[in-house]
Amino acid sequence: MSIPVSLESVVFVYPDGTRALDGVSLEVPPGDRVAIVGQNGSGKSTLVRQLNGLLRPTAGRVHVGGRDARELHVAKLAAVVGLAFQNPDRQIFAGRVRSEVAFGPRNLGMRGSALARAVDAALQAVGLETDADTNPYDLGYSRRKLLALASVLAMGTPVVVLDEPTTGQDARGVERVRGIVGELSAAGRTVITISHDMRFVAETFARVVVMRAGRIILDGTPSETFAEQSWPVLASTFLEPTLPARVGATLALGSTPTEASLLDALGRR
Amino acid sequence: MAIELRAAGYRYLGATHPALESIDLRLEPGHVVGVVGANEAGKSTLCLVAAGLAPATIGGKLDGSVTIDSVETRTMRPHEVAQRCGILFQNPATQLSGTTRTVWEEIAFGPRNLGLPLAELAERVDWAIGIVRIERLAPRDPTMLSGGEAQLVALASVLALRPAYLVLDEPTSQLDPLGTRLVGQALRALARETGTGVLVVEHKADLLVRVAEQVVVLDRGRAVIAGPADAVFAGPGLEEHGVDRPSAVRVERALRAAGYEVAGTIAAAIAAAADADVAGGADGDGAQFVAAGAAAGGEDVSA
Repeated sequence: MSIPVSLESVVFVYPDGTRALDGVSLEVPPGDRVAIVGQNGSGKSTLVRQLNGLLRPTAGRVHVGGRDARELHVAKLAAVVGLAFQNPDRQIFAGRVRSEVAFGPRNLGMRGSALARAVDAALQAVGLETDADTNPYDLGYSRRKLLALASVLAMGTPVVVLDEPTTGQDARGVERVRGIVGELSAAGRTVITISHDMRFVAETFARVVVMRAGRIILDGTPSETFAEQSWPVLASTFLEPTLPARVGATLALGSTPTEASLLDALGRR
Repeated sequence: MAIELRAAGYRYLGATHPALESIDLRLEPGHVVGVVGANEAGKSTLCLVAAGLAPATIGGKLDGSVTIDSVETRTMRPHEVAQRCGILFQNPATQLSGTTRTVWEEIAFGPRNLGLPLAELAERVDWAIGIVRIERLAPRDPTMLSGGEAQLVALASVLALRPAYLVLDEPTSQLDPLGTRLVGQALRALARETGTGVLVVEHKADLLVRVAEQVVVLDRGRAVIAGPADAVFAGPGLEEHGVDRPSAVRVERALRAAGYEVAGTIAAAIAAAADADVAGGADGDGAQFVAAGAAAGGEDVSA
């Protein structure tokens, strides 16, 4: 199940007058793996909330699966676009890990063994299979974050949106999230992720969208986004290229956003 | 003068296993000690123990010795502990008082309870706001902040108490790269300029290697590696404890593993990249803010 999503000149103004999105157009083809980066307050979270109807554009259009999102009720959008919040505690409410994860897919009509399979697979993906009966609030922050991710995975939505999935994760946790993004993508599902972690972004995503003050200022592959000629644009919103990108530029190896691409470039020299 | 843990162990109320075992750690004024470790290695518990909240506030069983300036924390009352050591919790939302209408008032909440004269109170609040550069947030409603903003406000609230020691549990987890860099600079400067002792839990190795002199690696409640930050991050064993290395060390090791000699132009390129700075976040700005605050501020500077 793969569907395209797109924003067309979307403007969003909060009730207090903050213009969080200032004319954003973005097309995400089915199965794309997109990271959205930018400073706190640049509009990243506001943008992804347009996709599942949590927020509706002040002006412009949002299309989900070829349909204008205005025609789709939030419940309908929730079946298509799953969103894991930045703060897991905004989302967690159940008394047991298993019921927390089952809530979403049950709302989508899943029952019986199909539901159990979806829940088990999601718990396994995030490494919480032995905690199915634990109270979510007995888990540490990092595992509550993984639980929130599992709850979205279990819904099997064609589009998965992750808001800062690596916050508070240790090295293994980041690796796990990277693996999950890869598997979702391999299954043809679209993954849109907000992140401040440039290494995670460069190593995990096929496309990087850079936002500043409610607009998209850069949109390309990690190789394009972290290439030396893009650094002034990144710097304009206080983002840094990854360390391998800097090393590659100094050694005149071209764009090497990741350790792997740096090694490749050195090998070709 | 120091926070000192000697063979310290801790077990939560009702828990069957200790969360910490035989920890030795010393935090001196003017120093920054980093704590790293996999999820649930005991880092947050170490924060509670070092800051004296465990057992003073939350009970549980403390073994060994934990002293703040030579006083055993188990003999201290919660307010005595709080006056010497400030703590920033992992989730900033748990830190906000929920009783104030503006961020400025929120940051004033703690120092107001110390009974300071109004002028000094205002100075402290403005100083703390300046350190984390949240002037633009001062008039905002503290319950309507983003995660990153709330984290900076919570940090400023702790700083405004001007404690001799600071214990910070992942203070930059929700911040963007610039915010992370600025907080790092501010902590360095705070230690250097005001003699504050800082214990900071972080997953971001790139930040710790710039900020901390010493690093302690925790695994399953024990301190398994400890030493100077550079040595620990370049040394063996981090992977098995689930701890990340700084980008420069990672790249060096990856190149060596692929058979390259990391010397000459390659070594220079890595060193230059590691020193490169985010645009607009020039090193030293944080120091200026803290120095100004220390001059304006007060008699309670611990150094």
